[in-house]
Amino acid sequence: MTAPFELTDDSVVVVIGTGAGGGVLANELAQRGVSVVALEAGGRYLPEDYVNDEWDSFGQLAWTDTRTTSGDWRVAKDFSGLPAWIVKAVGGTTTHWAGASIRFQPHEWKALTNYGAVDGATLLDWPIDAEEMAPWYDLAEAKLGVTRTGDRPGLPGNNNFKVFEAGARKLGYEEVHTGRMAIQSTDDGDRIKCQQTGFCFQGCKWGAKWSAAYTDIPDGEATGNLEVREKAHVARILHDDSGKVTGVEYFDEDGNLNFQAARIVAVAGNSFESPRLLLNSASSMFPDGLGNSSGHVGRHYMRHLTGSVYGIFDKPVRMWRGTTMAGIVADESKHDPSRGFVGGYELETLSLGLPFMAAFLDPGAWGREFTSALDQYENMAGMWIVGEDMPQADNRVTLSDAEDQWGLKVANVHYSDHPNDIAMRDHAYRQGAAIYDAMGATRTMPTPPYPSTHNLGTNRMSERPEDGVVNRWGQTHDIANLFVSDGSQFTTGAAENPTLTIVALAIRQADHIASEMSAGNL
Amino acid sequence: MALDTLTDMRRMTRRQLLTGATALGAFVIGNGYVTAAKADWATEMVAMKPEDFATLIQMARDIYPHDRVADEFYVRAVKSYDVQDKAEMAEAGIRALNQRSREMKGEDYLDIGWERDRVDVLRSMEDDDFFQTVRGGLVTGLYNQKEVWPIFGYEGSSYEHGGYIDRGFDDITWIG
Ligand SMILES: Cc1cc2nc3c(=O)[nH]c(=O)nc-3n(C[C@H](O)[C@H](O)[C@H](O)COP(=O)(O)OP(=O)(O)OC[C@H]3O[C@@H](n4cnc5c(N)ncnc54)[C@H](O)[C@@H]3O)c2cc1C
Ligand code: SF4
Repeated sequence: MTAPFELTDDSVVVVIGTGAGGGVLANELAQRGVSVVALEAGGRYLPEDYVNDEWDSFGQLAWTDTRTTSGDWRVAKDFSGLPAWIVKAVGGTTTHWAGASIRFQPHEWKALTNYGAVDGATLLDWPIDAEEMAPWYDLAEAKLGVTRTGDRPGLPGNNNFKVFEAGARKLGYEEVHTGRMAIQSTDDGDRIKCQQTGFCFQGCKWGAKWSAAYTDIPDGEATGNLEVREKAHVARILHDDSGKVTGVEYFDEDGNLNFQAARIVAVAGNSFESPRLLLNSASSMFPDGLGNSSGHVGRHYMRHLTGSVYGIFDKPVRMWRGTTMAGIVADESKHDPSRGFVGGYELETLSLGLPFMAAFLDPGAWGREFTSALDQYENMAGMWIVGEDMPQADNRVTLSDAEDQWGLKVANVHYSDHPNDIAMRDHAYRQGAAIYDAMGATRTMPTPPYPSTHNLGTNRMSERPEDGVVNRWGQTHDIANLFVSDGSQFTTGAAENPTLTIVALAIRQADHIASEMSAGNL
Repeated sequence: MALDTLTDMRRMTRRQLLTGATALGAFVIGNGYVTAAKADWATEMVAMKPEDFATLIQMARDIYPHDRVADEFYVRAVKSYDVQDKAEMAEAGIRALNQRSREMKGEDYLDIGWERDRVDVLRSMEDDDFFQTVRGGLVTGLYNQKEVWPIFGYEGSSYEHGGYIDRGFDDITWIG
């Protein structure tokens, strides 16, 4: 069933990473008859392997290879070796993700035009817009089975949502519902209906939530056009004298370095590993790394504003029961500079189990102020803030002096908040607390951002080659047969969770690559 | 592991255990073990001095005080320091803690009666490596013990029970 390809076969498209971007691209190419070798650093885990235990699951799925951090974000102090909480496994971070799947708003595709220049920020318009993306969003929503799109009903609200919804309505918010989720809500779909298990972040054991690991990857393999090589860590992308890429070097499970030839290479290792790989592939012809003649590779790292608000009540909530991200308030996602910042944010319910709550509620805190909050765990409700953070040239991924187990330079992730980010987060903290106060909270807690889950922007898309790394197709401006296919393409972050957009871009890119290949242009 | 040690010691009678033991703070120090007055646990020392280990237990509780969480969970959370290659570091840390306690409060850490006075001492050391090591270790050492979860109401793994779809995912009653 799965296609084996020769290392010397230079007719294949090599996809690096099998997450939201790479996993979907690999399948969509395979569906169009293109031969694909997907190289994935992590192993393969399926619903029967997932565990309903936060730290055990973290040990099973999370990317824990060395990374370093700098900048004034609190993550660099509290979790200096763990800038992101993302996955190293077939299916990438779609095993961890909560499933919130919302489209960018039309104005967000043109942030520079609509917000105006912001001091210290490197805002830019995307070279594409809402109209062009609409049909790709339709396909992405159908693929992921997103609730409240098409004829798919919403999920029922859990306890955490009911507190959130009632408080939001008391404040006058109107766009409040159980979200657009890539989680099966009915009995008649391809996937089992959500059983309200409450471990969405640990991999859905029912397969109710969409993950590339058990949908796109096996679908692609079933065509006979896709070979997924797991535990294959790509070290370098190579090129010939004409400046076209020729294939990739990767370490296999046994530590052997192999060369896989390729007609096209698509990089989809998430926003730290993708720029790292381009930088680590520097050569005499491309001394600053591949695709980096503009100097933008690694820059403009965005992670969404984030932050959480937890509220404590005098009665039980039991927020951990049911879907982790169980609903949304979208009223604040508009662009309304009268609030003191550009762009907007979403509020979405969130719950952590006791072990993660202890680690993330207020990292480093101790004593009774902290423990008296945990004592009320059963009476807590929680929400997460997802807002548009400002791209900044110096928030960036560079090569660190540290090396990983393969002797490759690792990514250093530098991030500092922009004043717009701080103003927006403060606003969101106040509104979040007000929602819980309206429900009689006895205490609310503005919780700092966790290690990043949304990682964007480090190979950004731009109309002009001097402004970014890739063009409107995710093709590098410098090298025609080198593509970027993950969240690192994002020109700006918008207020929405990014994965639906990553998937829509991947489907569109697959369509483009396949037609350019058959037209003989690639 | 810690749990086995605790179980083993339960097989000794309280009388055997308490012969020749002395009280120290909330704990009872015997020849090579630590227990507490009415406790049904006792822990045998592998590498640390019992009085130092008792101090470490108290320190753990003062860092993350949960009055409904029994001592034995704190014992398990710090028992990992009672091994050859960590005991030296831990005992040096406890020596420094006692010295600071005497400077600030005129007595050893375990002799200080009020939590707030012990916390004063800890605050003065909170940037030290030893404090940070113990605190950081407790985050998983204490809160990742499945046996403490029910004390906080947390229900843990739910898949094997069929999730919460029929077990109260939306059973909240106090929303108007
Ligand atoms: C807890 C959590 C909750 C989330 N919830 C949501 C949500 O509700 N909605 C939403 O839109 N988004 C959510 N996200 C974010 C979402 O998961 C990511 O945006 C998305 O998966 C990113 O896709 P990607 O293709 O850029 O990278 P990934 O999905 O991370 O895939 C990258 C893959 O590349 C592999 N790789 C990296 N380097 C190499 C290399 N050198 N060689 C080979 N393979 C390599 C990695 O192992 C990984 O498997 C969540 C994330 C987390 C962690
Ligand atoms: S709550 Fe639903 S989507 Fe989340 S893990 Fe459980 S069954 Fe899967």
